Amino acid sequence: MKHARVAYRGAVRETIVVEDQRELLFADGQRAGFDDVVWLPPIEPGTIFALGLNYADHAKELKFTPPERPLVFLKGPNSLVGHNGDSPCPNDAHQMHFECELAAVIGRKGRRIRPAEAYEYVQGYTIANDYAIREYLENYYRPNLRVKNRDFCTPLGPWIVDATDISNPMELGLRSFVNGEMVQDGNTRDMIFGIPELIEYLSEFMTLQPGDLILTGTPHGVRFLQPGDEVVTEIDEIGRLANTIVREPEERKPELAPVIESTQ
Amino acid sequence: MVGSCSCVPINGTVYGVALDVDDPFGAPSDLFTMPPYHRAPKTPVLFIKPRNTFLAHGGSALLPSGLQELEVSAALAVIFSRDTRCVSSQQIQAVIAGYTLALDLSEPGADFFRPPIREKCRDGFLPIGPAIVGGHELPSLDDLVIRLEIDGTEVASFSMNAERIGALIAEVSSFMTFRAGDVLLVSRTPLGPHAGVGSRISALAAGLGRLDCVLERDEEVVL
Repeated sequence: MKHARVAYRGAVRETIVVEDQRELLFADGQRAGFDDVVWLPPIEPGTIFALGLNYADHAKELKFTPPERPLVFLKGPNSLVGHNGDSPCPNDAHQMHFECELAAVIGRKGRRIRPAEAYEYVQGYTIANDYAIREYLENYYRPNLRVKNRDFCTPLGPWIVDATDISNPMELGLRSFVNGEMVQDGNTRDMIFGIPELIEYLSEFMTLQPGDLILTGTPHGVRFLQPGDEVVTEIDEIGRLANTIVREPEERKPELAPVIESTQ
Repeated sequence: MVGSCSCVPINGTVYGVALDVDDPFGAPSDLFTMPPYHRAPKTPVLFIKPRNTFLAHGGSALLPSGLQELEVSAALAVIFSRDTRCVSSQQIQAVIAGYTLALDLSEPGADFFRPPIREKCRDGFLPIGPAIVGGHELPSLDDLVIRLEIDGTEVASFSMNAERIGALIAEVSSFMTFRAGDVLLVSRTPLGPHAGVGSRISALAAGLGRLDCVLERDEEVVL
């Protein structure tokens, strides 16, 4: 089953996706068409983990030696945006690129999880597009938050597919398209650290909790984007996640920024 | 105080600023000139302490076997009252709900090159509390001194600087939103002292009270 979170007629609602009819089915029996809702990130996540250089071909492309242990970084929920959303490209950035990634949603609390049992802790899967802006990279705690934790620069969705509906999460084709042209074509089988190994690694030193999200890294394929580009990231058995690059608003003068008076 | 209980008084995303030593951009310390970096950061060096690290006042942080000591630093935790994006340093009072204390625990030896996930994100590695204190209940931030004690002996202290806090919030909020309830940890010591198993660690500040935690050995289940 596929589960989405949408805004529909003034309310934020969780819904089941009836994909072949392009319809959403709400718990009260109401239905809505795909084009009648605003798609939100399908989960309000707890901790968001992301992987750098987790595909050998992508590491090579960026001229890095593949890491000996997972290169993990964290993101805040501010970074997420739903299907059909906009991601702002800063006006001085010329090296913004997409990263199509399989995202695993944790469904059970766990610590020191063995690889053989790791899949029991995964509730479902969705698609992430973990945009990066390469010229903002600095040589500390890389990739730094200015590269990877920008507002709305991590499209997620359109929905979560139950883990039981995915035949083999380590054998899924991933593709990205920019304005209809395929620019990335990989397979999750080429991950350096697969989902069981990532869950084992993280849960060795920290407790994973329901709602935690692991973005598992991206394969080969870098193309720099500009405002107006339509980017689609697609994963077999999950779906396709669409996003538009938009120009960031002209830099606001801070003294003009609206501040709502505190109600205290 | 907004209330004091042995619970974690925050539930947002916790961002921390590392290496925020005096004038880090104008007069880099030796750390910034050492290889392989050679160059001081141009923007604040940020990290995230995820929710599994939150630990209430009086709690125990567990060291895994093989780890004898932790690096400990005290921090002022700034809690946001509203979604905050693109604010100027002069506007921060309107976006801050209050303050509390935090202890940022790390495995020693992080190389600063990659995000310190394994080093800083173990369960219980962010004691925070004891309670949120509203800004109006504190004297000026510039008079605030945060002290770090290990087993009752002061090992570090730093004074806060309202201007610097304003500058950090302005800089970070230029590219990301702090949501209402999110936290920014501000510390003014580059590298913390070390403390071993059995140590009692405390952060203290006039008006914010005292935050304690004890370092204990993790009795690992043998698999």
